[in-house]
Amino acid sequence: MGIQRGSIYALVAIGFNMIYNSTGIINFAQGEFVVLGGLMMVTLTMNLSLSMPFAFLLSVLFVTIVGFLMERLTINPVREPTVLRLIIITIAVSILLKGLAMCIWGKGSLYMRQFTQTGPIEFFGATIMPQTLWIIGILAAVVSAYILFFNFTLTGKCMRACSINRDSARLCGINDRLMVMLSFALSAGIGAVAGIIITPIIQMDYGRGALLGLKGFGAAVLGGLGNSGGAVVAGLLIGILEAMSGGYISSHYMDAIALIVMLFVLFVRPGGIFGKSEEIRLKEF
Amino acid sequence: MQGKDYIGFSVFVIFMLALPHWISNDYYLGVLVFTAFNCMACVGLCLLMGYAGQISLGHGAFVAIGAYAAGILTTHLGWSPWLAMGAGVLAAVFIALVIGVPSLRLKGHYLAMATLGFASIVHIVSVAAIDITNGPAGIIDIPRIKLFGFALDSDIRYYYFVWIIFAVGLFFAINLVKSRVGRGLRAIHGSEDAASAVGVNITRYKIQIFILSAVYAAVSGSLYAYYVNYIDPGPFDIMYSVLLVTMVAVGGLHSLWGAVAGGILLSLLPELLSMAADTFAGVGIAYKPDYDTIVYGGILLFIMLFMPEGLFGGISTLGSLVFKAIARMAGRRYPSG
Amino acid sequence: MKRKVVLLIVTGLFIFTSIAAYAAEKSYKVGCIYAITGKASWLGEPEMNTVKMIAEKINAAGGINGHKLELYIEDSQGQNTRAVNAAKKLIKKDKVCAIIGPSRSGTSLACVPIVSAAKVPMISCAAAESIITPVSERKWIFKTAQNDSDAVRRIYENMNERGIKKVGLITGTTGFGNAGRKQLKSMAGKYGLEIVADETYTPADTDMTAQLVNIRNAGAQAIVNWSIVPAQSIVPKNMAQLKMNIQLYQSHGFGNIKYVKAAGKAADGLIFPGGRLLAVDTVAEDNPQKKVLTAYKAEYEARFKEPSSTFGGHAYDAINIIVKALKMAGDNPAAIRDAIEKIRFVGISGSFKFSPTDHSGLDKSSFDMLTVKNGKFVVLK
Repeated sequence: MGIQRGSIYALVAIGFNMIYNSTGIINFAQGEFVVLGGLMMVTLTMNLSLSMPFAFLLSVLFVTIVGFLMERLTINPVREPTVLRLIIITIAVSILLKGLAMCIWGKGSLYMRQFTQTGPIEFFGATIMPQTLWIIGILAAVVSAYILFFNFTLTGKCMRACSINRDSARLCGINDRLMVMLSFALSAGIGAVAGIIITPIIQMDYGRGALLGLKGFGAAVLGGLGNSGGAVVAGLLIGILEAMSGGYISSHYMDAIALIVMLFVLFVRPGGIFGKSEEIRLKEF
Repeated sequence: MQGKDYIGFSVFVIFMLALPHWISNDYYLGVLVFTAFNCMACVGLCLLMGYAGQISLGHGAFVAIGAYAAGILTTHLGWSPWLAMGAGVLAAVFIALVIGVPSLRLKGHYLAMATLGFASIVHIVSVAAIDITNGPAGIIDIPRIKLFGFALDSDIRYYYFVWIIFAVGLFFAINLVKSRVGRGLRAIHGSEDAASAVGVNITRYKIQIFILSAVYAAVSGSLYAYYVNYIDPGPFDIMYSVLLVTMVAVGGLHSLWGAVAGGILLSLLPELLSMAADTFAGVGIAYKPDYDTIVYGGILLFIMLFMPEGLFGGISTLGSLVFKAIARMAGRRYPSG
Repeated sequence: MKRKVVLLIVTGLFIFTSIAAYAAEKSYKVGCIYAITGKASWLGEPEMNTVKMIAEKINAAGGINGHKLELYIEDSQGQNTRAVNAAKKLIKKDKVCAIIGPSRSGTSLACVPIVSAAKVPMISCAAAESIITPVSERKWIFKTAQNDSDAVRRIYENMNERGIKKVGLITGTTGFGNAGRKQLKSMAGKYGLEIVADETYTPADTDMTAQLVNIRNAGAQAIVNWSIVPAQSIVPKNMAQLKMNIQLYQSHGFGNIKYVKAAGKAADGLIFPGGRLLAVDTVAEDNPQKKVLTAYKAEYEARFKEPSSTFGGHAYDAINIIVKALKMAGDNPAAIRDAIEKIRFVGISGSFKFSPTDHSGLDKSSFDMLTVKNGKFVVLK
């Protein structure tokens, strides 16, 4: 039930982790990547009537380029990065992207049809919308690709090396600046995937980025910042928790659930449910 | 430095108090009253960002707490506006303590995200707790505030009232920055480890400043409620918190004057842009207020990339360079004085 | 040839003098505050378009009693602070004699203290009844949007006709949803209905299955889904998924063809009270509004190349009421206010009958029960 939403949080959290691992930055524009992916997909499928798979690839590519440009134009040129300055820069980018999205796609929420047009599927007495299956399938695909990439490709291994210790990685001849750029581009791409698969269900509009990003960050923290396996479990957990609270407690406060969980974890176990709580204080930004 | 700040302060206060002689139109005065609210919150936030080096993306929530305390206590319970404002401040202090103590132990991004999450929760509660806040329908008929039995019921009176309160707040902040506390804070901003090594109690300083900045925000919120006489959750969403950070960052993080300049500039900007829209239209460019968001983002990004000291910092650096150059030229011409 | 030139000069002179005479009459200044940009621009845009269109028409026909109608349009961006500033600008700087708008209930309520203090009449285009009640404290405020309580009356009457007794509510958590929820709950008793479930959802919700299951388990015979956000389209879809066959009622907030599209086939057969503009073609010929509706729709759509909306209709009614009042009383704000209280006017939202005790002027006849048939709005037969 909450799995659709949970999958989105998981994907956003993976995006956060990717940039965090390579740079130590929390990218406040992560939510905007999700929005851009969704909006681009609507344009390509509903207005230009491209086929779903082709539109999917093009949208992801488009947002990946946005992520790449963001790193090249706003992160890379900063010579004396302080935490405060980098945070404000990513906030500025998110405001800018949001403003652009509003001017390009307008303020209304855009409607998109589901990936496949079949009716609800009966499954052990429960009914499931096909879109839910798509979401779960694509989440699984992204996670497997993620694992394969980081464990079995040279680039992936280089990125991991950078996240463990950037200076030593550079000493071994890894181009760490390139890895940072790559992490932004990939993270933007993953955000776009999240936006694309959720749009048929929620109808995308320009203003959704902040809350999606914040909840995704909640998932990232719950799973332990930097731990992408944890992020997937935590994302799904938060999604299910939200759906249950919407039905059984009060949907008024549903949006607050993920945030309260996030604050609670931050305060009590900053290492996340899977991490050690001491670990986080050692990590210097 | 000491004297310069007080001279600047006096000039600023005299200028603001004299301003209504030139612009007496209630519309402009109203815009400047809203500007004062923003500036007040900015000064508090600047103490936190510029002097303690911590970022809060949740100051809109403290403004909301001040506004709602004023709205709820005066309308539901019939409290006097002053008492309600005091209660709002106390509530903000308490909440800042609860949020601040755990998250200020963590570093950098965590306070930013924690405060952003907190601001969203406050916004959600203000929408959802219908029995208390009246939800999205808002609280109507909030009374006006009185000063010694003197009703502040016109724009000009309210203008003097808020700018005097703001001046008091600014004066206090200027003195604080120059005190022992201020030096301790600057030490934290430079390097937390070094500061703690020389005996500055970092966490306590940071929490105190966080609470103080929340107080500024809460007062600003209460004054807003008494001026507009109506509040709903709309003005206090997370975008407002982000806007406050933008104001401080654009003006200049490391100077209270920068925060004031940023607050004034970005409060007037939407009104200026809407006037400029007519001019743009005259030369064939259709400017729409929809572009405001892009303008804000663009300004913030530009400042952070190219003038990390902010507009005020950038201009004063430029000013002192020019000053030095002139002095050098003057020195060359009259070598022996 | 010579005669032609003389004729030309004479006509030229004639036109010139008449323009001069026309310009000499002082123009009537009316202010408008609309959410033209920002989140609520779907309200403000059609409203602005409509008032501009009407003002041009009036001025082309010679103005009001020989006075030109001059509009001062301000953008509130849907924000309270901007709306307050705009109201002050209009009153103090532009010196308008009346204000139309704002678009949203929140911005309207924020402007109430200002126009009341300045004693300038304001006709809001928002729906909340707290904008105009109690009339003793809202002397200067009127509104043209239909009342939520009248929409509830129509829904409950329809339920009575069908013998429905147990009702499940599902409402959005926005201002519109909350106001509706309050009315639905307080009026159910009068119609002998029992609210067996009271569920809500946020605008960002993606799935209402849990809430709907609660309603089903409570034994509801009908559901009222009251919301103005896109998420409301998910309810009929989820109901189809759960194979719930009980009647679904929507609020007048469903009156946007986009929502029908998003709900797809699941929307067919649902019932909601709506402004007649949505289903002009199927409105009965003898309805007094039919002519006004058809004309407005045709004119608006020809000019702006987009579907007309009931929100533009609120602005149409507001400006026409102001024009009527100006005709009756001139541009003295107090005289305009008194005049509006006497106005009878057949408009887009309904047939207005203002009085010193009723500043809305509309009753439940302002709504028709509509339904969705093959993806289109039609009047329920």
